[in-house]
Amino acid sequence: MNPLRVIENRNETGQEPLWREEVSIFAADERYVNRRQFAKFLVLTSAGMFAGNLWILIRSWLTGKAVYPIKPVALVGEIPVGGSRLFTYPGPNDPCILIRPSENEFAAYSQKCTHLSCAVYYAPGKGRFECPCHQGYFSARDGRVLQGPPQRPLPRILLRRQGDRLIAVGVDLQTEGA
Amino acid sequence: MQHPPEHLSGPPSQRRGLTAIDGALALIAILLIVQMWLLTATLEGFLAGHREGVLPAAVISGILLLACFGLYRFVRAVDREARRR
Repeated sequence: MNPLRVIENRNETGQEPLWREEVSIFAADERYVNRRQFAKFLVLTSAGMFAGNLWILIRSWLTGKAVYPIKPVALVGEIPVGGSRLFTYPGPNDPCILIRPSENEFAAYSQKCTHLSCAVYYAPGKGRFECPCHQGYFSARDGRVLQGPPQRPLPRILLRRQGDRLIAVGVDLQTEGA
Repeated sequence: MQHPPEHLSGPPSQRRGLTAIDGALALIAILLIVQMWLLTATLEGFLAGHREGVLPAAVISGILLLACFGLYRFVRAVDREARRR
């Protein structure tokens, strides 16, 4: 035992103070981590990594091929050329953005940036989507990454035109070549 | 008086034991870093829709965990042996 500690803990009469009996824990001893404890900590962390991989495996088994609903998203006349419109697809918590680059051209993409899910917005003059969080840019033509931290293109919403109605029929994650 | 470092003090068998434990700890740390990289790469691939690598990654991660556990048992055995002496 550290002799200094003994001296500190004894009062003038040479006896241990009463609080020492009540509080018999040394903070320094409690904080001390030996090699065996450190190895145990590393192995438990390794088990955590394995659990993460197992979780991904189970998720990939449980989630089968997605079935997308057919859902009208806008009327043609509602969007001016160079304009955009927000909608949700396939679920109410999946924000998407519909753009009209030219008179007869429509395209829709997920509005969630593939980096950290910030909402991207359409910059019509530049022909791209911009994420304000980390300056990730995506092409408005095909959703591919132009610059910034995102590694994957924006998922494309598949559209069908029926008269003056635009209908969403599916989602292309655009994972080929990503 | 200045005490010698921990790895130079004690009997030779204990010193060898400490070196072995330090080596095993370093190996565990390396395996753990590989596992971390594997997990992030698998998650990134999974989110991008690539599911073909998920099963091999889980198997390799399990093997790495077993290796880490084996090294931990080695550390325990060496530590126990050194203390007994």
